[in-house]
Amino acid sequence: MSRVDVRKTYKLFIGGKFPRSESGRTYPAASRRGKFQANVAQASRKDARDAVRAARAAQPGWAGATAYNRGQVLYRVAEMLEERRDQFASQVRAGEGVSSKRAEDLVSAAIDRWVWYAGWSDKVAQVGGNANPVAGPFFNISTPEPTGVVAVIAPQKSSLLGLVSVLAPVIVTGNTAVVLASADRPLPAVTLSEVLATSDVPGGVVNVLTGHTAEVAPHLATHADVNAIDVSGAVGAEGVTWGELEEAAAETLKRVRRPLTDEEPDYANEQSLSQILAFTEVKTVWHPKGA
Amino acid sequence: MTAFDYAPAPESPSVVDIASSYGLFINGEFTDAASGESLKTINPATEENLAEVAVAGEADVERAVRAARTAYERTWGPMPGSERAKYLFRIARLLAERSREFAVLEVLDNGKPIREARDVDIPQAAAHFFYYAGWADKLDYAGRGAAPRPHGVAAQVIPWNFPLLMLSWKIAPALAAGNTVVLKPAETTPLTALLFADLLQQAELPPGVVNIITGAGRTGADLIAHPDVDKVAFTGSTKVGKLIARQVAGTHKHATLELGGKAANIIFDDAPVDQAIEGIVNGIYFNAGQVCCAGSRLLVQESIADEVIDRLKARLSTLRVGDPMDKNTDVGAVNSAAQLKRITDLAEAGDAEGAVRWSAPWDLPTKGYWFPPTIFTQVASAHRIAREEIFGPVLSVLTFRTPDEAVAKANNTPYGLSAGVWTEKGSRILAMADKIRAGVVWANTFNKFDPTSPFGGYKESGYGREGGRHGLLPYLIEGGTQ
Repeated sequence: MSRVDVRKTYKLFIGGKFPRSESGRTYPAASRRGKFQANVAQASRKDARDAVRAARAAQPGWAGATAYNRGQVLYRVAEMLEERRDQFASQVRAGEGVSSKRAEDLVSAAIDRWVWYAGWSDKVAQVGGNANPVAGPFFNISTPEPTGVVAVIAPQKSSLLGLVSVLAPVIVTGNTAVVLASADRPLPAVTLSEVLATSDVPGGVVNVLTGHTAEVAPHLATHADVNAIDVSGAVGAEGVTWGELEEAAAETLKRVRRPLTDEEPDYANEQSLSQILAFTEVKTVWHPKGA
Repeated sequence: MTAFDYAPAPESPSVVDIASSYGLFINGEFTDAASGESLKTINPATEENLAEVAVAGEADVERAVRAARTAYERTWGPMPGSERAKYLFRIARLLAERSREFAVLEVLDNGKPIREARDVDIPQAAAHFFYYAGWADKLDYAGRGAAPRPHGVAAQVIPWNFPLLMLSWKIAPALAAGNTVVLKPAETTPLTALLFADLLQQAELPPGVVNIITGAGRTGADLIAHPDVDKVAFTGSTKVGKLIARQVAGTHKHATLELGGKAANIIFDDAPVDQAIEGIVNGIYFNAGQVCCAGSRLLVQESIADEVIDRLKARLSTLRVGDPMDKNTDVGAVNSAAQLKRITDLAEAGDAEGAVRWSAPWDLPTKGYWFPPTIFTQVASAHRIAREEIFGPVLSVLTFRTPDEAVAKANNTPYGLSAGVWTEKGSRILAMADKIRAGVVWANTFNKFDPTSPFGGYKESGYGREGGRHGLLPYLIEGGTQ
């Protein structure tokens, strides 16, 4: 007689903890072939607010950590992901309907992406900032700083590699994130939360919501304590467009990262310094020189 | 302390010829507006009529954008960067040559003192063109990947507080990056932009590369809404900035927004007080406080608050307020009746909410728009004069006890454009500079600008930078892989 397996309850990830939705709602996530996989939490507006509060609380500490430390933490995420690669490969295979080989490759690329961004942590200020030779006796320097709390609408199709590709560049500089997972393919995002929870990422630095894009994303776009939003993952989302989210973000003058095309890109090539810099603010400091 | 009496030392207006009416500068020449409408621009120091300028309507905007598009495709876009650079260098040189003419015209149209226009606005504008000229053939080094591309047609809308300087902040990086421009100067200060058009003719800049259309808010909105515009750059109020952000949402247009501010100028008890007093005065009374990065909230450590306020009042009493054309004038006129009303209303709100108003007994001219340099003490963080941008010569004084409290109060605003910190303790300067959420932090100085130095805000002060390498980036689309 075969053993009955113990299944996991898929929950939200807020402030380093795994709560259910306060609304008590769940929705079923299915594989590409339509097979039931799990009930995942259906986040509400209140859950989104809680996640923003957790992200705000964690932001000064994360930004205040040394760049060396943040780099180590991101590298640690890669280590933990590597260890659980089989689990991710199986979820990516089922959720995205790809072959085992392709799923393995996508997981490998996601791991390597964390490594790539980890290495940027203590170089961004050097490459993205500079001294300015002003015409006068002044010390003058410009440096990129984290924008603050960033809402990330995760890509709808690329459930792991796409997610990592938009999340890692946000947090590497000291931003904290509220991620809204792919509505139809949420499982890798929840499993990634478990990796983050065991990778020395401080609680609240990354918060992960599962639910309906059209229900939750507009709240993140209008929330006054969210400083920036990456709407590029909303391409192909049900019930809401990236343009509507950008419009909603205008009242609070959020920084908005848009998609480059109307199709979800192949995330194999989606890593760049400019993606990091999109969620930074350049600060310039002046001081007189004189003995 | 009383002010010395000075004999008047007026600058002569004869250096500049003002026409009685101006058309729109489209495709390299001045043309009448199809709209047939016009507006008057006046000298805010005297209320005298200066000139009538055309108001561009939708058809005029269409014409200007088309001219910019054609120039982008046929001349400016294909032109090598090294050739574009030489036009920009030419413009910088012409501005320097004609600087007195521009300075006087700026004073007449804006109301700022000739000392400021002559020593700051115009030389900085020329320097801005000179700086960006050198970038035009070095874009590969800007940090936007290999062979970055311009957006195309840039729509630029500028404010009235530094008319020519803001024009240079907009046009110089746009052209260096290879974009063409349609620029709308502010309704109350169009004249130096129109004189700049005359300068472009002397520079023989190819037609359509820069088009200057005058008008009010409606013209600006039509320009930004035009579907063939690729890049939008706006300096002005946060309210209008939000409208623009909404307008460009979901389109291909990218916006740079330089909006309002409510800067904290923080004075610690170990500050060099003499310099700090000068910094405070420069921070809030320069250009009569009509500056988005003005140090309008003075945060002074409690133990030295009385001393600082007394010395500030003594210093203010020596400021010379009056005829902007007089070379000895420190504080000139407010730019318009509307702005004077806003300042007056907010100052009255300060009285009503219980703050204490002080201003020296100045004899202000009877004609024109004037507001005396003013200090409010006993201001609470919740007061309107501590929260809202006044855009006038009005300083709100608050106190603090600890560095943490100073940071909390400084950051307690939706804005984040600039801040000042005054202390002799180096480690404190660096820690404060780290914690203040603002795009520019002036330590033991204030209101310093340079073409090489990026300027721009955090939070609701807008996004994008102007000046320096960073100021070039919003005008470029990323090139190949980095």
